[in-house]
Amino acid sequence: MNADITQWDRFLASFFDLAVMQKYLPDIVDGFLLTCHLAILIVISGLVLGLILAVIRAYEFWLTSWLIVVFADVMRALPPLVFILLLYFGLPGVGLNLSGYAATYVTLTLVLAAFSEEIFRAGILATPKGQWEAARSTGLGFGQSLAYVIMPQAIRMTVPPLTNRTIAIAKNTALGTVVGVGEILNQATTGQSFSGNASPLVLGALAYLILFIPVVVFGRWVETRFAWRRT
Amino acid sequence: MSDTPILDVQGLRKSYGKLEVLKGVDLAVRERELVFIIGPSGSGKSTLLRCCNRLEESNGGAVIFDGTDITAKSTNINAVRQKIGMVFQSFNLYPHMSAEGNVALALRKVLKRPKAEALERARAALDRVGLSDKAENYPNQLSGGQQQRVAIARALALEPKMVLFDEPTSALDPELVGSVLEVMRDLRTAGMTMLVVSHEMRFAREAADRVVFMDEGHIVEEGPPEQVFGDPQMPRTRDFVSRIDH
Repeated sequence: MNADITQWDRFLASFFDLAVMQKYLPDIVDGFLLTCHLAILIVISGLVLGLILAVIRAYEFWLTSWLIVVFADVMRALPPLVFILLLYFGLPGVGLNLSGYAATYVTLTLVLAAFSEEIFRAGILATPKGQWEAARSTGLGFGQSLAYVIMPQAIRMTVPPLTNRTIAIAKNTALGTVVGVGEILNQATTGQSFSGNASPLVLGALAYLILFIPVVVFGRWVETRFAWRRT
Repeated sequence: MSDTPILDVQGLRKSYGKLEVLKGVDLAVRERELVFIIGPSGSGKSTLLRCCNRLEESNGGAVIFDGTDITAKSTNINAVRQKIGMVFQSFNLYPHMSAEGNVALALRKVLKRPKAEALERARAALDRVGLSDKAENYPNQLSGGQQQRVAIARALALEPKMVLFDEPTSALDPELVGSVLEVMRDLRTAGMTMLVVSHEMRFAREAADRVVFMDEGHIVEEGPPEQVFGDPQMPRTRDFVSRIDH
């Protein structure tokens, strides 16, 4: 009789211990807020930097183009965790102490910039050549044509791939846990090891869902909203 | 009609790699003249047109527009292009802007007109091509003929001294061609200088001051339409003209 209940009880006790959950909820909320603003900062600066790089590359000066290609390839090839650890443990050796937060922020911003630069560039190249010709034939300069005619079309085309990539990279804020950033996963694993119970991890998972499901839904809405109708 | 050419193409050469598409072309267009360029595909007529506002860089010779050699490196090409309108085969309207937005963009950003004035001039230009009621429509809400007329309005709004037409009706359904030709006819009446690459032979016969026949990168023959179509002097022209139905 006792043994029948034990399995179920054990499951509940280790994943859904309400007392443990209550105890660690404030920590998870702290982690949630930190993950939120870290992710928002990364998304904004990563996309802005990626856009700037794509625009610079559109001018096709060989040196800047070459530098951007190297940057984008390296940042896309390297696992972000490797780069975070390099910054966090490597830079103090040259007298530069980066917090775990800063190392994570810098790494993920650069990774998102690298991916979004490539995506924006693909959008620029996919915009029909006739658009350039029409704009230039009215006397608009290269930069004006890019700003008013090409980029608005390129950005629309890139919304779906950009949304997916942005969500993927924002989730990587969880990597910050290995360098002591008090984000959701870090709070959850700390709670788990102090309590010897998995309930804080369940709370952490819930926190991620609460944070990212709206983002995923928003991404889908943006994709339909910006779906390009060509004539 | 004034005697000084507004456009003077001198010994123009253009190659793509080893393929020479323009082999020394001379062509003068006077103010208020409507000049038609005809010829088989691959004869270099579109390339010639695109060299006239430097959408293509030539490899030799000169293009003098209104006294300026536009092929010179020192020429401010953006300033010259304000004075040379261009209309494309595939319209090339900006899909993210309304008709009046398409027309107003260069007025605002090139001529630096305030928004209200630019829109007013844009509407006037759209009115000129019979589309004042479509000012707020986006390109995908317009028929091909309407799109091409918006594109003509976009070129006209800058008050150019000359307009280049690169096969303006080739992408249109036959029933839509007429509306575009009508706008071109009005422009001619208003005295606009026009250089037109087109296969609309009947329109050329009726409206052109001069017809230029090109083949294999050369101008083979030029003259008034009655002569080029009715009594061509060169065998190649005769051959081409006999094969087109009109």
